[in-house]
Amino acid sequence: MVVEFSLIVTLATIIVLMACLNGLVAYLTLFERKISAYVQDRVGPNRAFFGIVQPIADGIKFLLKEDVIPAHVDKFFYLLAPAIALGTAFLAIAVVPFGSTLPPPALVDHRPGSTTFGKMVFPSVTLELEEVLQADRKFSQDSKTPSYEEKLKKYNATFQCVVSPGVDIGFVFVFAVGSLAVYGIILGGWSSNNKYSLLGSLRSSAQLISYEIPMGLSVLGVAVAAGSLNMERIIHHQVENGWNFIFQPLAMILFATAIFAECNRLPFDLPEAEQELVGGYHTEYSAMKFALFFLGEYTHMITTSFLIVTLFFGGWHLPFLTSPDQTGLFAILIKVGITCGKMLAFIFFYMMIRWTILRFRFDQLMNLAWKVMLPLSLLSFLALAGLTHFRPLGNLTPWVMPPISLGLLLGAGLLGLILPKSPTRSHVPNLGHGSGGIGPVCQTNQARLEKVEF
Amino acid sequence: MIKPEEITWVKPPTFGLMDQIYLPAIISGLGTTLGHFAKTVFGGPQAKVTQYFPEERPELPANYRGVHRLNRDEEGRVKCVACYMCSTACPAHCIDIVAAPSPWPDREKYPEVFVIDELRCIYCGMCEQACPVDAIELTSLFDLTGLSREEMIFNKEKLLSVFDQTVAMGKDPVRTKAGRLSVASEPAGDGLTDSSSVQS
Repeated sequence: MVVEFSLIVTLATIIVLMACLNGLVAYLTLFERKISAYVQDRVGPNRAFFGIVQPIADGIKFLLKEDVIPAHVDKFFYLLAPAIALGTAFLAIAVVPFGSTLPPPALVDHRPGSTTFGKMVFPSVTLELEEVLQADRKFSQDSKTPSYEEKLKKYNATFQCVVSPGVDIGFVFVFAVGSLAVYGIILGGWSSNNKYSLLGSLRSSAQLISYEIPMGLSVLGVAVAAGSLNMERIIHHQVENGWNFIFQPLAMILFATAIFAECNRLPFDLPEAEQELVGGYHTEYSAMKFALFFLGEYTHMITTSFLIVTLFFGGWHLPFLTSPDQTGLFAILIKVGITCGKMLAFIFFYMMIRWTILRFRFDQLMNLAWKVMLPLSLLSFLALAGLTHFRPLGNLTPWVMPPISLGLLLGAGLLGLILPKSPTRSHVPNLGHGSGGIGPVCQTNQARLEKVEF
Repeated sequence: MIKPEEITWVKPPTFGLMDQIYLPAIISGLGTTLGHFAKTVFGGPQAKVTQYFPEERPELPANYRGVHRLNRDEEGRVKCVACYMCSTACPAHCIDIVAAPSPWPDREKYPEVFVIDELRCIYCGMCEQACPVDAIELTSLFDLTGLSREEMIFNKEKLLSVFDQTVAMGKDPVRTKAGRLSVASEPAGDGLTDSSSVQS
């Protein structure tokens, strides 16, 4: 009585997905270089068949390069770090739908007189389950609707474009596993025994931990709207009620910002700021181990792009084109195409933003996370929770959310104007030792001068 | 003393509401980047700044300071009179000259050996300025490469061949018009002795 899973289908899905991911990552590097070039009025990689074979050449280079392990590193963690970075990135994509999905059928309690009557239940005791199923069968006979068991049969018979379909913790799993990626970065930076690597990884730990909070909070609204954390259900909710980004624009913006930070992309690429930190946490890595970090990072980008597409942009859904009833092979391919198209559009947006906004300073980064995004996401969630509970306008209630989002955004801007600014470097109080500067340094210089004159 | 009316006081820009909420600024910034993106993708080859280097050579100005050359006179002899002024002027001490009595009647000395270490040279052009007969010049050849250090030490023959090469390319360096040149470089009877009359 559960969502069945077939080992062969799952293995085939995993193999196809991994192969596609690796190829996609390779070509995303080319995509990124080309886009960077075009934004800067350049041509970009154009050797090796107009750049088409360039990723393969890069891959061969990574494989054949000498694999240097510096003498001063902590070898165990140094070797472990890229594996963690890549492993967590691959693990996180397990529950993210990349194409056609159906929501797993919900078992609704139809037992007369039950406290949970008419609600979704997850009975864990066999006896209770039997009761619920019996009531469900009776209800389906009375109302001429398919019963839970029939729906489950149909669900198990259709192919779901997810490695592990029907995972009810849904995006919480992605966040949980995705946040483990910070271990890869920290271990890499720390075991490298290099101050730039360590600085990069320390920045990264602070940054990732800070941005996980607004990221999680901003998505809570989606879960409340859909009534589930399950991503297939969230997509289904959007198919029926319209895409989430229309109704929760502020949450979408906050989530997009947070995943920029989670993926270490500009404007939040402080862990690997080349101009400041040589290369950040992967300074000491070369050849294939560097490529693994790179692969993990781009996989993370793909995962988060799929995630935002699933949570806010309707997954495989395009209005007037796709519907949940289409389950043929052609329909599945179309839906995979739509999802991947949306995902690539978001990655294109990632790459355009890279050349649009400057890197944040570290204090600005922290201010944005803790003083702006955290309260905003909390307020936005509070508003949504209130609206969902009280439903002041009946069926039109979701349309109240966009104006509230705009209001919150403008309110945050106004507060930023009104509130006093935190002191910058030029406002460091003068300690009163001579002209300008920080006191003690000035004093010692003065004393030295007097000594010379004496 | 700067007049007060010439002073322009610049104040740091103040943040308005639109700057404070970031998004309008980001959207206008995206407009710029997307504009460049579209221009490069759809604008044809002239919209791109990339030079396809080995196939497409850059147009360098004629006063570019690249590889040296030793000039020849009209009869194809080396113009240099081995006066050591270039090697004296050279801040990198990369020019080595061995002078010998000239086999020709119109000058006293000529360089038996003339060697420039192109790796040591800083391409400042002071040898060119110091030369009284315009014999040493810096050309616009810039992509100088070699497989060994020895290869990059240019002797007299190599430097003369650079002259032949650049003359054949039709890319002569700009000649200085600062003053008269000495006998070896000027037609007979137009030597340094006349310089006073030229100046007056």
